[in-house]
Amino acid sequence: MSWVHLMIVLPLLFAVFIPLLYKAFPRIHTGWFVLVVPVVIFGYLATYLPMLANGETAMYEIPWIPYLDINFAVFVDGLGLIFALIISGIGALVVIYIYYLSKAREALHNFYVYLMMFMGAMLGVVLSDNMIVLYLFWELTSISSFLLIAYWYQRKQSRFGAQKAMLITVLGGFAMLASIIMIHNITGTFSIREVIAQSDLLVQHDLFLPAMLLLLLGAFTKSAQFPFHIWLPDAMEAPTPISAYLHSATMVKAGIYLVARFTPAFGGTPEWFWIVTFVGLFTLIWGSLNAVKQRDLKALLAFSTISQLGLIMSLLGMGSAALYFNPGDQGVQLHAYAVLAAVFHLINHSTFKGSLFMVVGIVDHETGTRDMRKLGGLTIMPVSFTLAVIGSLSMAGLPPFNGFISKEMFFTGTLNAANLDIFNMATYGAIIPIVAWIASVFTFIYSIILVYKTFLGKYQPERLEKKAHEAPLGMLIPPSILGFLVLAIFFFPNVIGDYALKPMVASIIPSAAGVFDDYTISWWHGFVPELFMTMAVVALGLILFATLNRWIGLYNHMPQWMHLNNWFKHGLSGMERGSHKVIDWHMTGYIRDYLMYIFITIILIVGGSYFMLTDFTLYTDNLASINLFEIVLLVLLGSTVLVMATRSRLTAVVSVGVLGYVVALFFIILRAPDLALTQLAIETVSVALYLLCFYHLPKLKSRSEEEGEKFKVSNFIVALGVGSLVTLLALSVNGYNLFEPISTYYGDSYDLAGAANMVNAILADFRGFDTFLEIVVVAIAGLGVYALVRLRLEKRRGTDESQ
Amino acid sequence: MEILMSILIGVLVTAGTYLVMSRSLLRIILGTAVIGHGALLLLLTTAGLKEGAPPITNIEALVYADPLPQALILTAIVINFATTGFFLVLAYRAYKELGTDDMDKLRGIDDE
Repeated sequence: MSWVHLMIVLPLLFAVFIPLLYKAFPRIHTGWFVLVVPVVIFGYLATYLPMLANGETAMYEIPWIPYLDINFAVFVDGLGLIFALIISGIGALVVIYIYYLSKAREALHNFYVYLMMFMGAMLGVVLSDNMIVLYLFWELTSISSFLLIAYWYQRKQSRFGAQKAMLITVLGGFAMLASIIMIHNITGTFSIREVIAQSDLLVQHDLFLPAMLLLLLGAFTKSAQFPFHIWLPDAMEAPTPISAYLHSATMVKAGIYLVARFTPAFGGTPEWFWIVTFVGLFTLIWGSLNAVKQRDLKALLAFSTISQLGLIMSLLGMGSAALYFNPGDQGVQLHAYAVLAAVFHLINHSTFKGSLFMVVGIVDHETGTRDMRKLGGLTIMPVSFTLAVIGSLSMAGLPPFNGFISKEMFFTGTLNAANLDIFNMATYGAIIPIVAWIASVFTFIYSIILVYKTFLGKYQPERLEKKAHEAPLGMLIPPSILGFLVLAIFFFPNVIGDYALKPMVASIIPSAAGVFDDYTISWWHGFVPELFMTMAVVALGLILFATLNRWIGLYNHMPQWMHLNNWFKHGLSGMERGSHKVIDWHMTGYIRDYLMYIFITIILIVGGSYFMLTDFTLYTDNLASINLFEIVLLVLLGSTVLVMATRSRLTAVVSVGVLGYVVALFFIILRAPDLALTQLAIETVSVALYLLCFYHLPKLKSRSEEEGEKFKVSNFIVALGVGSLVTLLALSVNGYNLFEPISTYYGDSYDLAGAANMVNAILADFRGFDTFLEIVVVAIAGLGVYALVRLRLEKRRGTDESQ
Repeated sequence: MEILMSILIGVLVTAGTYLVMSRSLLRIILGTAVIGHGALLLLLTTAGLKEGAPPITNIEALVYADPLPQALILTAIVINFATTGFFLVLAYRAYKELGTDDMDKLRGIDDE
C-alpha cells in the first residue's frame, strides 16, 4: 500500500460519505466538502513532477489475486501522472463550478457520488500497470459516465443518450478485455511493463493482429473516433460540468491514453501506424465538417471534441513510426516529434475545451438556451466573452494562445510523416498534410461561429427565457483559471515541456527518451512552411466564414446514409425485430414442434457421431438362439402397431395393456420371476388408471376424439428415425463385451447377505439406497396425486361445476 | 435372439415416439408407456440373453441369468409407474379444468 494507491481509492471511499454529509449539513452546498478530494490528490501527485523531470519512474504493488497474476500495481511515469494531474486538476475546477447546480432543486448527493466514482475510476485507469485492473477501472468509468449522462433521468433524451453511450463504450470495453486475454496468452503476463518488454514476441505472434484490432476498438469507442463518435453528441444531455469534465477533458481521452500506453508494445508496425493515423485523420475532418452545421452550442463543442481527439490520435499514429527506427537515429527524433505534438495538444485541449464548456454552461445558465439562433449580442457578459474568445482562438490555432503552438507542431508532424519512406508512405503520404490543413480550415470556421453567433451580433432579449447578465464569481473562477493557463502555456511552453511533455514522450516512445533534452518549444520558428499553412488557414477560413450563408445549405444535401445515427438506430431496432422474428418463428407454442426439434437433434447428433466416429460392426457370435416359444412375442409387434394405428382410444388402451402383459411374459421367458410379477401387477393397475381417464373424458369433445387422428407422415418419419437409431445402437452393443460382468459376485448372495434371491438381495442389501429413493419417488407421486385431486386454489363458479 | 429383440425395441420406440407427437393427451401418455417398455427391454437385451437359471441360489445351476439388470429394471418399472400414475391424474385434472385434451389447444396465452 502506497500513497498513490490511497489517492486512487480516496474518491471512491469519499463517495461513501457524501450522502451522509448531504443529509447532515443541508445548509452547506455539498460540493465544498467534495472539493477537498481532488485538491489533495492534485497536490500529492504534483510532488512527483520533479522526479519525472529527472527521467525516473515509480512502481508500487499490492497483491490482489496473486495466483491469477492480478495485482493492484500502480506505475507512475510521465504519461500516467500527467493524465492523473489533468483528471484531478480539472476535477477540482469542475467541483468549484458548483454554482451551476442549484442547491435546492438538484439531487446533489447523487451527482457528487457519481462524480467521485468517476474520478477514482479514471485515476485507476491511468495509473494501473495491471491490465485486468485497468479494465476494471475502465468499465467503472463507463458505468459512472452512464449514470452522469442520465443525471436528469426524467428526460427521455438523457436516458437515450446514456443508453447509447453505454452500449458503444461497453462494446469497446469487451473487445478490450478480449484483447487483454490474447496479450496474456502471448506474453504470459498482465503487467503492461512486462508486455512492452516482450514487444518483439508480441508483434510476431499469430494473434498480434486480432489483439491489436480489439484493443484499438476499445480505444476508439471510448475516445469517440469515427464511426463510434456518435455517442458523444448525445452525451451532451448531461449537466454541463459533466460535459466539460468527462466529455472533453478526461474520459474521452482514456482511449488516447490506451493508444499511447500500448504504443511501445504495438507501435513500429505498419498496421498500427496506418489504422491509428487514418482513423484519427478521418475523425478529425469528419468532426470539423459536422461541427460547422451545429446550432446547439454543446453539440458544436461535442463535434469539435471529436475532431480534436482525432487530431491527437492521428499524431500518435504518426509518431509510432519513430519506433521503427533504431535508438539514436535521425528518424526517431523526426517522428517522435509528432508524439510531442500529440501530448502537447492533449494538455492544451483539456484547458481550452474545459473552459469553453464552462462558458457555454454559463451562457445556458444565464439565458436559458444554448441555441445559437436565439443567442447574440452577449457582450454584456464581458468576462464570459473574453474567456470564449481565448478558448475559441486557441481551438482555432491562433497566437497568442497555446493551441497555436500545438497546431504548428501538428503541421510539422504531418509534413514529417508525408516524407516518411517506410510503410508505403511515399505513395499516399501527401494526403496527410492536405487533410490536416482542410480540417484546420473548418476548425477555424466553427471556432469563429462559436464566438460570433453567441456573443456578437444583435441582442434579442425577447427570444431568451431570462434576462442575461454576468454570471456569479464562483462560476467564473474555474474557466478563468483554465483561460489563464491557455495564455500561460503559450508564453512559457517550456515549463510544461520539461515537466510534462518530455516525460510523456519518454513513456510513449522509450527510444526517444533523451532526444528532446536540448529541444525548447517556442512559438516562433521563423518563416517555415507551417506558418504559411496557418496563414492560409486564417485567410481561407475568413473568406468561408464571410460567405457562410451561401454554402451552409450544402449540408442539407448530405445523403441520408451518411447520417451515422440512422445506422445506429436502424441497427438497434433491426436487431430487436430480427430476434423477435427468430423467436416467433421457432417458439411456436406447440409441444409437438418442440418434440420434433428434440428428436431431430437426437437423430443428428447421436446418429451423426455414430456414423462419423465409429465403424458399424454387427457381432453375430455369442448370440442366444431363438426358440419356437419366443415366436409368440410377435404378438408384441402386432399390439404395438395396433396402438399406433388405431383410431379408437379404447383399442389403444387395451393394446397397451396387451403390450404390458407380453412384456411380463417376456420376463418369464428370460428367467426373471420378480420382474414378471411386478410387471403383471403394475400393468393391471396402469390399465385400470387409463380406463379411469378414458371414462372421465368430457363428453362435448368426444365425437372428434373418437374419430382419432390423421396419420402424419412427417411425425412418422422422425419417429422411425429415432426407432432405427435405437435398434442400431442396440445391435452394435449386443455381444460387445469389453470385460466380464460383475454379477458373478452376486452369485454368493446367500453367503454374503443371507438371501437366496439374488435380485432381492441387490435391491434390499447390495444397492439398498436405490430402493430407498425409489420408495421416496412413489411416495411423492402419491402425495402429488392426492394434492392434484384435492387442492382447489381457484374458486370455481357454479356453472362450470357440470363440466 | 438379440437381433430380433433389437428390432422389436426399435418398433416400440418408433411407436412410442410417434404417439408422443400426437394431439391427444392420452395418446401422449400411452406413448411414454410404450417407450418405457422399449427401455426396459433394451436394458435386458444389452445385458445378454444367454441361457441360464433364474437368479435364485436355491436352484442348483452352473449359470444364472444376470441379476443386476433385473434389479435395475425393477427399480425402473416402479419409478415409471409412479410418474405415469401422476401424469394420468394430471391429464385427468386438465380435462376437468380446461375441457379439452387437444394439445393444439393447450397453448397458454399468446402474448406471453
